Amino acid sequence: MTAHLTWNLVSDVRQLLQFPFMVNALRAGTIVAIVAGAIGYFMVLRRESFAGHTLALIGFPGAAGATWLGVNESVGFFGFCVAGALVIAALPADRVREQSAVIGTVQSFALACGLLFVSLYHGFLSGLNDLLFGTIIGVSGTQVRTLLIAGAVVLVVLAVIARPLLFASVDADVARARGVRVRLVGAAFLVLLGIAAAGTSQVTGTLLVFALLVAPAATAVRLTANPYAGVALSIAIAVLVTWLGEGIAYFSPYPIGFWVTTFAFAFFLLASGYRALADRRLAC
Amino acid sequence: MLTQPFMQHALLAGTAVAVLSGIVGYFVVLRGQVFAGDALSHVAYTGALAALAAGVDLRLGLFVATVGVGAVLGLLGGRGVADDVVIGTTFAWVLGLGVFFLALFTTRHASGNSAASVTVLFGSIFGIGAGAAVTAAVVAVALVVLVLAMARPLLFASLDPAVAAARGVPVRLLGPVFLGIVGASAAEASQVVGALLLFGLLAAPAAAAQRLTDRPWPGLALSAGLATLAVWVGLSLAYAVPTLPPSFTILATATALYALSVPLSALGRGRTPRPCG
Repeated sequence: MTAHLTWNLVSDVRQLLQFPFMVNALRAGTIVAIVAGAIGYFMVLRRESFAGHTLALIGFPGAAGATWLGVNESVGFFGFCVAGALVIAALPADRVREQSAVIGTVQSFALACGLLFVSLYHGFLSGLNDLLFGTIIGVSGTQVRTLLIAGAVVLVVLAVIARPLLFASVDADVARARGVRVRLVGAAFLVLLGIAAAGTSQVTGTLLVFALLVAPAATAVRLTANPYAGVALSIAIAVLVTWLGEGIAYFSPYPIGFWVTTFAFAFFLLASGYRALADRRLAC
Repeated sequence: MLTQPFMQHALLAGTAVAVLSGIVGYFVVLRGQVFAGDALSHVAYTGALAALAAGVDLRLGLFVATVGVGAVLGLLGGRGVADDVVIGTTFAWVLGLGVFFLALFTTRHASGNSAASVTVLFGSIFGIGAGAAVTAAVVAVALVVLVLAMARPLLFASLDPAVAAARGVPVRLLGPVFLGIVGASAAEASQVVGALLLFGLLAAPAAAAQRLTDRPWPGLALSAGLATLAVWVGLSLAYAVPTLPPSFTILATATALYALSVPLSALGRGRTPRPCG
């Protein structure tokens, strides 16, 4: 690749957009970032980030199994993640200490199954790293269309349940007393989270979904307490991180997973520093 | 099966690491530090690839990174547990760094290819050499002796830190030392089942043992026994059916053992009368 980063940003962007694979990657990245930013905000609010992590890992055997059987990868991602979300929603929420051990066991078993499918499908070992850590070259036109449809469905459903979901997340007991069906709303949200995790893993890779799902939302929570501004900010940061990551990954020898996680982490650190300073000023 | 040298090495390293994982995992689950174990497995990946990129022995990077981060986590843990958002964001970045070192390794070294990443992530116990197997076994035995030597105060401090501190147990010292040992165990286990899967070897036998008995010493022994059983059954299965990777069969056996322990413990609870009060 004869790509060189120059100080002329216009020519840089023109270089980026001359390849269809790059346009597809940017389209997919933008869709995924918008969905992940919005869903991630609620996930951080509800303290369900380990559920999100588990769902993303469950997507890996899904995608590997689909590749092995010759089915479309997206089918495996979405199918396994949504099924996993339904299972997690059905689990009772007691016995916390053992539950974390069970989640750990399930995560490792899911990854081991992914390894099994990969080794059954010979000659796929180089694809394994892409599956786990993301790539900018692999996104096809049909995949972008699937992501667009899934993303639109998630955002519409999220918009419909946003108010009761916010209520139930902030104060579950009062919400229940006011007639909100807390369990149902929670289960619906987990399914949305599953779809978002499946979509995000197709861009950042299974292991790095937190870069788009948690970090932008955590950054937004540290900057504003208003939920609507928070969701908007979270989406904006996720999109910015994705564009920066994909753009720089194109010009550098290092993979997208590194750049996206690094930018996301940098924003998070900056916001945490700002929060600490602001809190200190308030305390005086 | 036992006449094959690669199988002997795998059994030697696997058994030692299984006993270590079972014992350390028991305390990890008891102390509610499962997610610290998860974090250390991420660090193991980045440490190993950093060592590969720098051109030094992979195990050096593994041990330095996991023991160091384990001790730091233990020191931070004294002032309140970091919340899941901070852990999640930080460790996504740690893995991202691991990918960066992988890219460095594949571009800088002629022998470097991305298969090394797969080995670190998912282990390659059948590929372990005689020297590496003996080293892994010796380190594992030393760590087991160390954990058993501090088992009594550690149990006390895990179950009731306030009373233990009042009775003169150095609770604040035990935390970082124990997480350092967890880090070393993670480095050991990642040579057998890989950085991504070691977490299951730590959690599953321990969770099963704690379901089956409430008494700590039989629980510790049972946890180590179940982990060893998982490794032996897993290795035999992988030997008998060559298409199955050993890391998968070991993890599948461990998961199945835990799944079996759930109805077993329900049966036991139904039969024995519980003490009142």
